[in-house]
Amino acid sequence: MNLRIKKLREESLNAPNVLSAERAVLVTDFYKSIIGKDISIPMQRALCFQYILQNKTLCINDGELIIGERGPAPKATPTYPEICLHSLEDLQILNDREKVFFQVDNETKEIYKTGIIPFWKGKTMREKLLSDMKAEWKGAYKAGVFTEFQEQRAPGHTVLGDKIYKFGMNDIIMQINKRLRTASDTEVEELKAMKITAETLITFAGRYADVLEEMAFMEDNKKRKTELNEMARICRKVPAEKPDTLHEALQYYWFVHLGVITELNPWDSFNPGRFDQHLLPYYKKGLENGTLDEDKVKELLCCLWIKFNNHPSPPKMGVTALESNTYTDFALINLGGLTTDGSNAVNEMSYLILDVIEEMRLLQPSSMVQISKQNPDEFIKRALKIIKSGFGQPSIFNTDAIIKELTRQGKAVVDARNGGASGCVESGAFGTECYVLSGYFNLPKILEITLNNGFDPRTKRIIGLKTGEADNFNDFSQLFTAFEKQLTHFSNIKLKGNDVIENLFATKLPVPFLSLLIDDCILNAKDYNSKGARYNSVYVQGVGLGTITDCLTSIKFNVFDEKKFSLKEMLKAVKNDYTGYEKLQNDLIYNTPKYGNDNDYADKNATEIFEIFFNSIDGRMSPLGATYRINMLPTTCHIYFGSVTGASTDGRNSGKPLSEGISPVQGADKLGPTAVLKSASKFDHTRTGGTLLNQKFSPDFFKTDKNLNKLTALIRSYFRMDTHHIQFNVIDKQTLLDAQKNPQDHQNLIVRVAGYSDYFNDLGVELQNEIIERTEHKNF
Amino acid sequence: MKSGIVFDLKRFAIHDGPGIRTTVFLKGCPLRCIWCHNPESISPECKTIKTHTMIGKNSFPAEKTIGKEMSSEEVVLEILKDRIFYEESDGGVTFSGGEPLMQPDFLRELLQVSKENNIHTTVDTSGFAAMEFIENTLSIADLILYDLKLIDDDLHRKYIKMSNKKILKNLQHLNDIKANIIIRIPIIPQITDTKKNISDIIRFLRKMHFSGRIDLLPFHKTANQKYKNLKMINYVDKIKAKDENELKKIVSQFTEAGLCAKYEG
Repeated sequence: MNLRIKKLREESLNAPNVLSAERAVLVTDFYKSIIGKDISIPMQRALCFQYILQNKTLCINDGELIIGERGPAPKATPTYPEICLHSLEDLQILNDREKVFFQVDNETKEIYKTGIIPFWKGKTMREKLLSDMKAEWKGAYKAGVFTEFQEQRAPGHTVLGDKIYKFGMNDIIMQINKRLRTASDTEVEELKAMKITAETLITFAGRYADVLEEMAFMEDNKKRKTELNEMARICRKVPAEKPDTLHEALQYYWFVHLGVITELNPWDSFNPGRFDQHLLPYYKKGLENGTLDEDKVKELLCCLWIKFNNHPSPPKMGVTALESNTYTDFALINLGGLTTDGSNAVNEMSYLILDVIEEMRLLQPSSMVQISKQNPDEFIKRALKIIKSGFGQPSIFNTDAIIKELTRQGKAVVDARNGGASGCVESGAFGTECYVLSGYFNLPKILEITLNNGFDPRTKRIIGLKTGEADNFNDFSQLFTAFEKQLTHFSNIKLKGNDVIENLFATKLPVPFLSLLIDDCILNAKDYNSKGARYNSVYVQGVGLGTITDCLTSIKFNVFDEKKFSLKEMLKAVKNDYTGYEKLQNDLIYNTPKYGNDNDYADKNATEIFEIFFNSIDGRMSPLGATYRINMLPTTCHIYFGSVTGASTDGRNSGKPLSEGISPVQGADKLGPTAVLKSASKFDHTRTGGTLLNQKFSPDFFKTDKNLNKLTALIRSYFRMDTHHIQFNVIDKQTLLDAQKNPQDHQNLIVRVAGYSDYFNDLGVELQNEIIERTEHKNF
Repeated sequence: MKSGIVFDLKRFAIHDGPGIRTTVFLKGCPLRCIWCHNPESISPECKTIKTHTMIGKNSFPAEKTIGKEMSSEEVVLEILKDRIFYEESDGGVTFSGGEPLMQPDFLRELLQVSKENNIHTTVDTSGFAAMEFIENTLSIADLILYDLKLIDDDLHRKYIKMSNKKILKNLQHLNDIKANIIIRIPIIPQITDTKKNISDIIRFLRKMHFSGRIDLLPFHKTANQKYKNLKMINYVDKIKAKDENELKKIVSQFTEAGLCAKYEG
């Protein structure tokens, strides 16, 4: 790491997370200016985008080679009042809360009080969305059966393909012009809006070029002067024209990234996807003509990495904060995998980017390696050498499974090969798919409601179906059928809500800029939020597979098969949160088969639960033509869902976290990693859009090359079983316990949470405890 | 169908031979190495010990059986569960102990059935067994991890309670018939790591023209708690582990003598 990068990295790490009112003010001014004017919604959004980028503060940090900040300074994070309006109380909470806080100064509060709140109150998407939801949806949402991703953030969660490397914005404008010739009236509005946003990005870069030229003129340092002039030249060229050098390509991407996350606050932010594939030609060309060497390439990449790190996720509140409680905004760099013709895609850039990941050791961007059976072991080992340093990156994905998942969904094989994973673990066809996550789904909670005949003991309301009193179930299959009915009932409620939300975003908050980037929005003359993309999927994410499996297995084993006690007795113990029933709880925890031990008795239930969850959602269509799908990941939602779920029949106490991802219940797996991987592979990952498995290993496990070979084989074996993803936490319990006690000594301690890494100190204590409780595989 | 006493079955064993393995520990051992790290494996009998589980501060009695009678079919079914991992890592099954040759018929059947299933087999042995079993059982294994501890028979009797004559003779024999052997020398401070013993071992191995791999195994105190639980006399507690540098010095003595030794961390 050279001095420039070191300095920029430090500045990024030390920059305070502050809330910036700038965007809110600009958006408010814009909407005030169009009151009474007859402008179509897409055009309103395009003009709003234009207004922001024409007027926002520019920020160029000393020494930077890649420029552009969403806010007026690094980590100055905007708000999106058209989606979610923060009250003064919210602002105070954001400022005061212990974890994932944003400083809010008095000026910002004043602006909110006098300008933002009075204008937006009653007009936001959040208010509209919540008021449009039916009572059954609200009941389930309040009970914690599911969450809703679009409650505070826009649908996004998509990844760029290779479009910007082939076309400048001027080319894209030409494509729009061509399409305009055959457009209907509504299509004209969509296309004109897209065109304005393309022009806007060019103008925005031009504003930066002006400032850079001025700075170059004033600069005394010759080297910096040359750099500034070169940067100005680049900003004049991209995004207007397609890039020809690595520096141009990176700067173009960054302008596009800023555009997407300024237009709205999509969840996840945005993502360059298969970066090693896209950048390789520029790297080769630069080496050939002598304009680049390895150091220069790394320096440019590092500059971009800092840009990602300067952009935390926009502030989240309430349930949304609980389900994803992190600054990370889930841009996931994909490396390796397959080329479009199906051959090994690992190249020099893949290794160079891994070097950058290792050197930078930043939370953002997240990074992953795609491993196909065609990729060399060497590539896995290189990744493992970074993972062993203990910051949970890069994560490891099975390309062959991802391609199976995507082609099963009906995608062309080339589009599937151009795909990968984004966010935590979510599969998608990059550049051609709108795939939206719609919310987490609390599987154990549904069993709790089933066992209470549709009643939720926490909110004290009937929110489910009357599927019968638990005492009346004569055998396990009756209980399982009741559970299936309840699950389908809540899936229906969730999807009905999604149908409404989809329409709200399509009609009220189109994203003409994002639509430029994802094919075939221009061709279809249809917005990304109106499902203009080639492929459109909406996911519901199942949470707590380990816990729900153990709960059902426990009932089957203890009540129906071994007849150790009656369901009535068991539920009495559950109702009392096992107080006074510790002996029974002891039996449930220690003397009952558990998922994660390669035991078919338990694992069979995981498979059956998966099937009914899959059948209740997969393949159903939304009114605008998206297909509903499932995946299995929790982010931090297993903590929130645990907190709203009473004691469970696996012996878990009320309020405690659920199992994470598709991992076994914390500590329930006793037979080592191969047994866990076998259990986790028994349901069909290729019918999901992603599953998440975290394994914790003690650091000494990663010490020798011999063990790295064995871990490589472990990964290969897991992937041969058509599974999706695995990640390792390489850290020992003692370190984590010490970090809880003495956080000041562990400020740089990074752990894998679930599909992303985070500073241990930034995690809530419940999540810290949950990570400590996960089984640690040791080296003996 | 034979059956035998298994005292543990460990999946994802990565220190008992190549690749990812399942190690099957057979119960019973004729030797009494005072540093034994598996003291519960010595007796050939199954034993139930009292233990407890905890719910918060409440303790509940539980029983743990050390040793379980299993048929060879049951054992092989367990072994086969991790086939995919063996295939990807060039691993397999390792039979260890105790001394696995204490149950020769059972071991022979386990080796045969494993081999029929194309699973790579390793036996981890002290070599203390009748020649008959060396020939009709041990030699079936694809790989033998052969423990060599002390060359001086008096010291062997002192620390291991048995003569080493058979052990040395059997090793010689296996080497002669070109069995695939890795010799494993536990480096026990002040016992097996003495200058004399190391040079005796080197002389012995050179004399028999041993050309295979030699692994030096560092001493671990992991068995301390086991001795306490089993209420057995614990010598281990008094032994001080060697540091890595000292071990590396011993490795170089072997290397200088033209032997292929490695330190296994």
